[in-house]
Amino acid sequence: MSGTVHWTAWAVFAFFFALVTVLGFTAARWKKADLDHLHEWGLGGRRFGTLITWFLLGGDLYTAYTVIAVPALVYGAGAMGFFAMPYTIIAYPFVFAVMPRLWNVCRRHDWLTLGDFAQGRYDSHWLALAVALTGVLATMPYIALQLVGMQVVFEAMGFGGVRQGAEIALAAAFVVLAVYTYTSGLRAPALIAFVKDAMIYIFVIAAVVVIPIKLGGYGAIFSAADTAFKAKGSGGILLNAGQALPFATLALGSAFALFLYPHAVTGTLAASSGNAIRRNAIILPAYSVALGLIALLGYMAIAANVPAKGTAIVPALIGQSFPEWFAGFCYAAIALGALVPAAIMSIGAANLVTRNIWRPYVNRTMTPKQESTVAKTTSLVVKFGALAFVVFLPLQYAIDLQLLGGIWMLQVFPTIVFGLYTRWFRSSGLLAGWAAGMALGTWLSASVGMKPVFALPGIGGVYIGLIALAANIALAALLTLIANARGFLRTGDATQAADYEDAVTTNS
Amino acid sequence: MNRRLWLLVLPFLGTLIVPLYNRNDPMLWGFPFFYWYLFAWIPLASLLTFAVYRSLRK
Repeated sequence: MSGTVHWTAWAVFAFFFALVTVLGFTAARWKKADLDHLHEWGLGGRRFGTLITWFLLGGDLYTAYTVIAVPALVYGAGAMGFFAMPYTIIAYPFVFAVMPRLWNVCRRHDWLTLGDFAQGRYDSHWLALAVALTGVLATMPYIALQLVGMQVVFEAMGFGGVRQGAEIALAAAFVVLAVYTYTSGLRAPALIAFVKDAMIYIFVIAAVVVIPIKLGGYGAIFSAADTAFKAKGSGGILLNAGQALPFATLALGSAFALFLYPHAVTGTLAASSGNAIRRNAIILPAYSVALGLIALLGYMAIAANVPAKGTAIVPALIGQSFPEWFAGFCYAAIALGALVPAAIMSIGAANLVTRNIWRPYVNRTMTPKQESTVAKTTSLVVKFGALAFVVFLPLQYAIDLQLLGGIWMLQVFPTIVFGLYTRWFRSSGLLAGWAAGMALGTWLSASVGMKPVFALPGIGGVYIGLIALAANIALAALLTLIANARGFLRTGDATQAADYEDAVTTNS
Repeated sequence: MNRRLWLLVLPFLGTLIVPLYNRNDPMLWGFPFFYWYLFAWIPLASLLTFAVYRSLRK
């Protein structure tokens, strides 16, 4: 494929890229406000209603890498790759119950990040730093993988003989993205998400209708996959006996981690009310249907005998199933799918660095203008760091770090989620538990060759993130009990019980 | 705390207890049970959440 250049596909892609670029820059004037304030640049002024939040979070959580990697996993491993389905099914009831509390308390205290919450709730800048570092560390490789999603699509469209064409195209796309994120902040991905999500839905609907017709229906697709797995001797369209526990624990751990990621928190806190979040917990599952159908592309690729492997299967399947102009549309949908999450991730990381690293440790008396300048600059650094990562380092590093990122992200769960309900845990215990969870999770994962599952004796394979979280919680509780018994002084708490509840007067 | 929030535990039980649905039959439109069961939980979980939302607003 590398020899031929698909000009029609490139032209369709170029059209949509130009469209979202214009949107990205005009977004600065949408819901006009002073973008020299961080809550405007980094949180859109918390003015996004139910519908905008639906597009924003949908575009944010279902990334380009998801569209490429989930079918690749299903293609290689079968049913195990479908843990993404229970994961997204249970994530939203959790969001419904928990996230409005976070929104309420952050709105009341003008907090922009989970680090701000940790600082206010526990009066500990170390705990806030731990939360911020975890978010930034987990986000960097995630942004890098968005670039991989774009790269795979660019390669499918071809460059003729141009050396390093994919790197050049990636760099160009990312420079444009970086500039309009700098000028427009969260408004840019919010506006672009409308286009991106609509394109992804069109792509998915076309794929799940057209491709099965060509392949003889879903029954034929499942039986072709079944035959292929049996011939290969590994994987299968059902889980084997040892896979049920890894499947369930991966789903549970991933669901708990999802809304701790900076990009998910940023998208959530940008909502205009707690009820906008609750309504989104009801309507966001529409994207889970799309995700489940996207996962099935893995089986379709098996049934269609695509001449590709791994992350290249989705572009290959698109290329051989659709006329070139529509293939170009699908490629554009995936590539633009990288821009929305990459922008929000860099904004989320920038908010954390500004509020929970720069302000407490570098400059305690920043003006709003200085604060937004630090954040804008950080968003550039984070994006170009991710670009350098993809261009100069082996792809496997980004994949391994993204896996560790999920395990790490889960280690702030006690501080944040328990913290939304109780101040029983002590900040010192939570900090020690976090450190232990980070170390244990990293070590366990490295000990099994960078895999997400560890076989516990007598129990079976369990997601390492949850094992580390259990140790984390146990240590935090133990240290809290010891400190209570010895009567040590507690750190302060800037919040009151009512801060977490919906304001009585607002009814929106 | 509203007691109906406990309804939100059902999607967790329904999708995390894997032996409930890890089988082929009954098939639906060519989909093994494993797959259409999980797909069915998406609107079901959404409806349960909606029911809880309605009860909170009253």
